[in-house]
Order: sequence, then C-alpha cells, then structure tokens
Amino acid sequence: MAEFVIYLLVLVGLAYPLGQWMFRMLERERHFGLENLIYKLTGVQPDRQMGWREYLQALLVFNLLGLLVVYALQRVQGMLPGNPLKLAGVDPYLAFNTASSFASNTNWQAYGGETTMSWATQMLALTTQNFVSAATGIAAMIALCRGLLRTESRQLGNFWVDLTRATLTVLLPLSVLLSLILVSQGVPQTFHQPAAVQTIESQSQLLPLGPVASQVAIKQLGTNGGGFYNVNSAHPLENPTPLSNFLECLAILLLPAALCHTYGRAVHDRRQGWALLAAMLLLFVPLTLLCMHYEAGNWEGKEVRFGEAASALWACATTAASNGSVNCMHDSLTALGGFVTMVLMLFGEVVFGGVGCGVYGIVLCVLVAVFVAGLMVGRTPEYLGKKIETFEIKMVSLGILCMPTLVLLMTAGAMLVPSARAAMLNTGPHGFSEILYACTSMGNNNGSAFGGLSANQPYYNLVGGLVMLISRFWILIPVLAIAGSLGAKKRVPESAGTLPTHSPLFVVWLCVVIVVVGALCFFPALCLGPMAEHLRYL
Amino acid sequence: MLLIAIRQILLWTLVCGLLYPVGVTLLAGSLPAPQARQLVGEEFARDGYFWPRPSAVNYNAASSSGSNWGPHEPKRESETSRFPADAPADLRYSSGSGLDPDITPQGALYQVPRVAAARRLEPARVEQLVRSKVQGKTFGVLGHERVNVLELNLALDQLK
Repeated sequence: MAEFVIYLLVLVGLAYPLGQWMFRMLERERHFGLENLIYKLTGVQPDRQMGWREYLQALLVFNLLGLLVVYALQRVQGMLPGNPLKLAGVDPYLAFNTASSFASNTNWQAYGGETTMSWATQMLALTTQNFVSAATGIAAMIALCRGLLRTESRQLGNFWVDLTRATLTVLLPLSVLLSLILVSQGVPQTFHQPAAVQTIESQSQLLPLGPVASQVAIKQLGTNGGGFYNVNSAHPLENPTPLSNFLECLAILLLPAALCHTYGRAVHDRRQGWALLAAMLLLFVPLTLLCMHYEAGNWEGKEVRFGEAASALWACATTAASNGSVNCMHDSLTALGGFVTMVLMLFGEVVFGGVGCGVYGIVLCVLVAVFVAGLMVGRTPEYLGKKIETFEIKMVSLGILCMPTLVLLMTAGAMLVPSARAAMLNTGPHGFSEILYACTSMGNNNGSAFGGLSANQPYYNLVGGLVMLISRFWILIPVLAIAGSLGAKKRVPESAGTLPTHSPLFVVWLCVVIVVVGALCFFPALCLGPMAEHLRYL
Repeated sequence: MLLIAIRQILLWTLVCGLLYPVGVTLLAGSLPAPQARQLVGEEFARDGYFWPRPSAVNYNAASSSGSNWGPHEPKRESETSRFPADAPADLRYSSGSGLDPDITPQGALYQVPRVAAARRLEPARVEQLVRSKVQGKTFGVLGHERVNVLELNLALDQLK
C-alpha cells in the first residue's frame, strides 16, 4: 500500500517535467547536428510538411518494412552470427506472429525468449522495433495535436522528423539511463557465453546471459513488454531486486502519463493534459486497489522479493498501459484480480495506454463524450474550439468499434476451432478466461498473457498476428483523418454554451463514457470467464 | 518515400539494434554489479538445508516458467509442493519464474525444526541464523521481507 502511494507520487511528480521536456524536444524550431546528419543520410527533407494522407502513408510504409525485417531476421537467424545457443530459424507462423507483434508495439510472445530467439534477433529485430514502434505512437500523437491546434491548414508535420526526434531525444537517453541503473541491480548486460554454475547439492545450472538490461529498459519505457526471458520481469535476472521492480514498474506508466502533459502543451491548453491524466488516474487507482485486495495472500505465480502488493500493482500498470510485461503469472491471479487486468485492457488501452496511442485513444473517447454531451443539450459539439461534425464522429466510431469487433470475433473463433480451444491449460471458466485474455491482449496491443494457454499454434499465430496489425494500424487512419479534418477548420470562439473539457465534471463524464462503452461491449464475455469463476467458488 | 523508409529502417536498426546495446554494454562494464548466481534460485532437497519454493521447472535456469495454474485448480498445490497444508503460503505455491531465490521469513522459520534436527543443532541457533539473514523491505517500503535461500544455506554450512 505504501509502495503504491509512493509510486503514484513519483509518477505524477515526474510526468509533468518530462512531458514538458518531451514537448520541447519534439516541437523544436531548429534541427541539431546529429539530427541533420540522419536526415542527410536517409534523404529526408525535414522542413517539408505532410498532409494527413501522406503522413499516414509514410507511417504505414515504414512499419510494414519493419515487419518484413523482423520476419526475415527470425527466419535466417540460424545462419547469422550472435547465436551462442545455436538456435534454428523460427517457423513461418511464429515468425509472422512475432513480427506483427513487435511492429504493432504489442510484444505478444508466443515463443520462449531465451529458448527461441538468438541475440542477433533480440537486438537487431526486436529491440529496434521496441524503439521505433513506440516512436511511431508518439509521432501519430503529436500529429493529432497539430491538427487540433492549427487552423485552416492541411499540414500535420513531417513523420520522419517526428520519428527521429522521438527515438533520438526521448527514448534513447531514457533507455540508456534505465539500463545502467538495472545493471547496477544485477541485470546482465554482456556478450559472454551462458554461464554454467555448480549448485551446492552438485547439480549444474546453466544461466543464459546476454544483452538483457538494454532490452528490458526499452521494453518497459516504450510500452512494449517483450522480455528477454520466458517469464519476463518475474525472472530474477530480468528484475532482481525490489528497487529494480519499482523502477521497471514506474517506467511502464512514465511516458504514457508524461505524454498527457505533452499533449496539453501542444494544444496550447495545459489543463487539457491534466484532465486526461486525471481521468486515467480516476479509473486506474480504484481498479488497482481492488486487484491488490484480491491478490493479498495469493502466492502462486508471484515472487517473494516483490510481494503480493507490488505484483498486483505491476499487473494493473502493465494492462492499463499497453505494456504487457509481467512480474507475476497472470494466469494464476485470482478470478477478480484477473478480471481487473482484463477490464483495464478492454477499455481500449486508454487508461494510460501505449506510448502515444494512449493519448490519441483517449482523445477519441473525449470526442465521444463531447458528442454525447452535445446531444443532451442540443448543441453542436466543440472540442478545443473546433466543431465536431459528422465526419469526425464517423471516424471516431470506426476507431472505437474496431477493437471490440476484433476481440470478440477472435474469441468466438478460438472457441469454434478445436485445436485453438484445446490450447487451454486450466479447465472450466478459467480456461475460457485464458482464451478471452489472449484475444483481449492481442486485440489491444498489450502482449501479456494467461500463460497456460499453448498459444504457439497456427490459429493464434495467424489470426492473432492479423488482429494485432489491424488493431494497431486501423485506428491510426481515423486518428490522422480527424487530425487532417480538424486542422482544416476554423476556430469558433468560446461562448457561454461551450462545454469546458478540463473541469472535474467533464473528467468524471469522460470516465463514465469509457466505462459504459467498455461494459456494453464486453460484459457478456466477462460474465462467462472471470465473473463465472468468481461466483462459482464463492 | 519507399527509399526513405528503407534507409530509415536500416539506420534505426543500426542505431537501436546495434549501437545502443553495444554502447550500454561498454558503459555497464565499468559498473559494479552483483553476481548472477546469487540472484537465481537453485534446488535444495536434503533435510539439512532450507528448501526453496516449489518450482514449475525444477530450478532449471535454462528455461524459466511459472505453473500457470488458475486459482481454483486442484493441481496447483498437490503437484508442486512438498510442504504440508499448515506451511506458509509461499512454500506451498510455486513462484512466477520457477527460479525464485527467496522465501519469506515465515517460510524459513517454519523449516527450522527440520533443519536443526537433521544437523543436530540447537533450534535456537538456527533460528538466530535465519533472523540474521532476513532482508527487510528496500528503503522500508519496497517489495517484501525475504531470506535468500542460497545465502542462508551457505551460512548454515559455516555453523559449527
């Protein structure tokens, strides 16, 4: 409990300065030396502005190429250097799933980290995607801000510049700092061979080492979540101490929280940033307390050095943000503990959410809230001085309805395909929860799992791979379309009838909208899984 | 556009995929860091040693895993634990990693009579040793009180 309070204080305290600093880095007038070198090397004209279609095109082409690189590297890893355990190439289904997973910032891992991927793959393919997928989210968010701010303009900035600045000036420095702190706590960062040690009772134990700290730092900061080891941050080498645990857990929510302030600054109304953060906290804190309550005393799948409370906190942070790293086994959470983690994802990853995508996700919810409030009083809704009209609401609906459709269809499909249904480890409602959780996780680009499910098989690899890609990139189309459409509009002056979107009343209203939309979509599915499980054993 | 995208992906693969991990490795080489061995749990089965928590992978460090049993699965306890039902919960339920190096202080104290009997030591001496090896919460708030099983057993071997 005390740890949770300190966590929140540190998080909220760091988010503000970091958010301001990120704004200054992203919206700088001039390009510095290293940046210019990168633009020159890659042929980017940094001052050329893009419209929303061109911005989207650049973003999609870049991410598609990333997907191809990750796929190819996995297939040929057996022939590449940097493979001390002599691991073979990855099979096509799994390679596709992993490539989609990392290109979409999901980091769903159908593979066991230390037993499937060579160092070369972990570094060149996976670590690179951890950076650029997070940077892609930041870029799309800042483009949306420009659309909200600018008037009668069709320019949303330059994708390559945003990508470069987000990676070079935000993600890389923070990752280096966190890596070094983690190394001091005992996380390996080495290119030496796996270490064989003799235990006291004379067995031998093989400790797989590698460049772990550098990968862990960015997977936490970039809301990626793909660990070096199979059990992710429950592994004593990936997360050795209570302090490393606190910092890794802090890193999950740090950038998503800070980006709320970046948003407020970028739309020239810092109160809007505070309002988004307040709404996120208003949903996050009670749900986390609930999870902590139900997890107290449940030691299955948890590590002693963290304890039950910090494990429950992590479980909530990682599902609220679309991070997906774990420090305890979610499959072994109590029925209602697991319920909380699923609910946090099913809100659509808007309670903090992914780096960048959390903010643009919740802005879609803000538009719904403004629209519904406008209907109630019979006025044309406005947000930040821009009229919200038919086109915007159509786009918002496209964005918001995509995820529930994917999650529910994929879950239903899994229950119909015999091999997919047979992948459950547990029986009864908990077995269904395993499948629902998997589809929820992939459909929301989270990446955590109820690990008992044998997910490495064609249905989950193929359908899941597609779901992750659609869920991630589909929503970017309406987001950037709204940015383009709002940017072209005039600003209407504020009047007595304007709904203020920074007031406590609006924050509560926004939370109500998020909960109602989530409940309408998912209540029946959740009843079949975690709720049935809880009621059955009352 | 395609050409720029290709150049960009190659550049970031070089910077984030190669320079970043290699750079961090070089920087990290100058830092003092704890030995990996003490961080990873290992199996103890003899009566004269403190036993660690149940592990879904039998403390095989080459492949980590939890049991993934749900909260009401009967196999959850019976398959993994060698402790009776009155033992503290951390001893009865398997860890997340299968490589948990620690047990709770209660879990260690619970095992004192067995260890003392097997070693023909005064239980009070063994208990004192356990208490001296308890690590409190970090800064008084972070994590959970714990005893590192390897450290405790190494100290136990030093007891005369």
